[in-house]
This record gives sequence, C-alpha cells and structure tokens, in this order.
Amino acid sequence: MEILQNNLILLALTFGIFYGARQFQKWTGWIILNPILVTIIVLIGLLQLTGIDYATYQQAGGYIEFWLKPAIVALGVPLYQNLAQIRRQFLPIFLSQLAGCLIGIISVVLIAQWMGASRETIISLSPKSVTTPIAMEVCQALGGIPSLTAAIVVSVGLFGAVFGFKVLEVWHIKNPYSQGLSIGTASHAVGTSRAMEKGATYGAYASLGLILNGVLTALLAPLILKFMGI
Amino acid sequence: MIRQCLIIFGCLALGEVIVWLTGITIPSSIIGMLLLTLLLHLKAVKLEWVQGMSGFLISNMGFFFVPPGVALMLYLDLIQAELMPIVVATVVSTVLVLIVTGWTHQIFKHHGNSAE
Repeated sequence: MEILQNNLILLALTFGIFYGARQFQKWTGWIILNPILVTIIVLIGLLQLTGIDYATYQQAGGYIEFWLKPAIVALGVPLYQNLAQIRRQFLPIFLSQLAGCLIGIISVVLIAQWMGASRETIISLSPKSVTTPIAMEVCQALGGIPSLTAAIVVSVGLFGAVFGFKVLEVWHIKNPYSQGLSIGTASHAVGTSRAMEKGATYGAYASLGLILNGVLTALLAPLILKFMGI
Repeated sequence: MIRQCLIIFGCLALGEVIVWLTGITIPSSIIGMLLLTLLLHLKAVKLEWVQGMSGFLISNMGFFFVPPGVALMLYLDLIQAELMPIVVATVVSTVLVLIVTGWTHQIFKHHGNSAE
C-alpha cells in the first residue's frame, strides 16, 4: 500500500470519490446523500482500511483546503450584487440576522454546557450555523477543533436542508423571503442549495442569510463567548 | 487570470496584514471578503475582473472542505464520548435559529411595509 501514500494519487482519489458521490446523489435525488458528507465518510473508511494516517493524507489534502480562504473572499461578489436589496430592506434583514446569529450561538453554547460538553467541544459548536470555511476560521481563532466544527457544520446543513422548510411551515413562517433567509441563516450552503431548488427568490434570500450570518458570527462569536465566560 | 488572482489574493493578503496589525480575532478571509465588496462598490474593481474566478471558487466551495472534514478521524473518540450534548445542542439550536430568524423578518417586514 506504499504507493497509495503518493500525494497525486491521494488527490486523484479525493476528486474521484467526490465526483462519484455527486453523480450518485443526482441519480438517487436524495438530499441526505450530501456529496461532501459521503466523500468524508468514504475517505475516512478507506484511510483506516489501508492504515494511512491523517498526517499523510493532509499532505495531499492541504492543496485542496488551501482554496477555502480565497473562496470566502470570493463571497464578496454576491454580497456586492445583493447590496441594493439589502439596503432597501435593511432593517428587517439586519434585525432578523442579528436575532438568528445571537440565538444560534447562545443556545448551542448553553445547551452543550448544560449537558456537560467540554470547553473545546463548546467552542467548536459555537459557529455551527455558518458556512464551513468561516466556521472553521472562527473555531480556530477561538481555540476549538476546526475539523470537529467542519463535521458539525455539514450535519447542521443537512438537517436544515431536509427538515428546514417543514419546521418553518409548522411555525407559520410562510413568506418566501423570510423562509429563504431563515434557511440560509440556519443551514448555510447546504440549506441554500435546497432553497435554490424551491425557487430563485428563496435561493437569493438564502444566500443573503448565508453571507450575513457568516459575517455577523465571525464578528460576534468571539465577543459572545467572552461575555458568556467560555 | 493573473488579474483575478491578484485581486482575490490581494484582498486576502490585506486581510492578513490588518489582522497582524490590529490583533483582532476576525478571520483574515472575512476581512478580505468585505474589502472585495468595498472595492467593487467603489468601482475600483470591475465586476467582470473577478467574476470568473469567484464563480469557480463559490461553486466548488463544498469540495474544498473535504480534507478538513477528513480530520474528523482524529476525533472519533471525542465525538463518541460527547455524542448526546453535540446532537441535542445542534438540533435544538438549529430549529431555534430557523424560527427566530423567520419570525423576526416576517414581523419587521410587515411593519416596514405598513410604514411606507
């Protein structure tokens, strides 16, 4: 199995599994088979089966992970494109984002603390609602475990994509703008892709929620955690 | 291509410099994103200068977080030990975010409309 430790082979394998997972999701149409999640699970299984440790894989994976930061910077483009809309509806959008951001961080920290989670886990949970690259950076800056955050964030996204619209309807949130915004705020990119399927309006507001909660969480999470004594 | 890279990595580098100078705990990438928005807004950067690369990066964003997700294999024990707090806190909090965000937006949107 020596040859499997080659960087280029590990890279090709990662591309291959992701491509296969995406095709499989398209074929089945099951949102729960999120290609990111499937690829992570298959890769972990494969590495453990072949006895390759994470450090070896990371030498190849680092080339992929490197693009996370530029990808966040690139979100500035849709943010710019939505500026006019944000300004027109500034108050409702800003207040709902602020409320969602605060409740998201405070509630997850309080519940985890109450149930006896460790400090590292609590920090890693705190940015769970926002898109992975932002959540991981927030987690790292605060001293949590970024990859634990990554796994939780993907799970939160899946939960929002599968159950989000049902939850909203049960609680009488029926307006398409509010629905889209909530899905993006609570379950970032995975939820947004589900909202896009429902319609362009839902999708546009979901991406707005994804970006704004990302920025607010990056700005506020350190302050909230300090205030809560974590 | 070079210009696209220069703009995106330039914003990122400026973000790093700002973090280094001020010591704030905001990720450099977030500062870079806000800088890019500002530059586009001020028309210092034209939209078509960055559209290709930003489209590529955003549409493949999911793939970029596969390797950090794989690092999960290092923490399987920790997750097993704290499975309940992690699952309960995550699910309850996510439902709360959905409801609170939706309600707040619905209420204030209504107020805004009646004020107009």
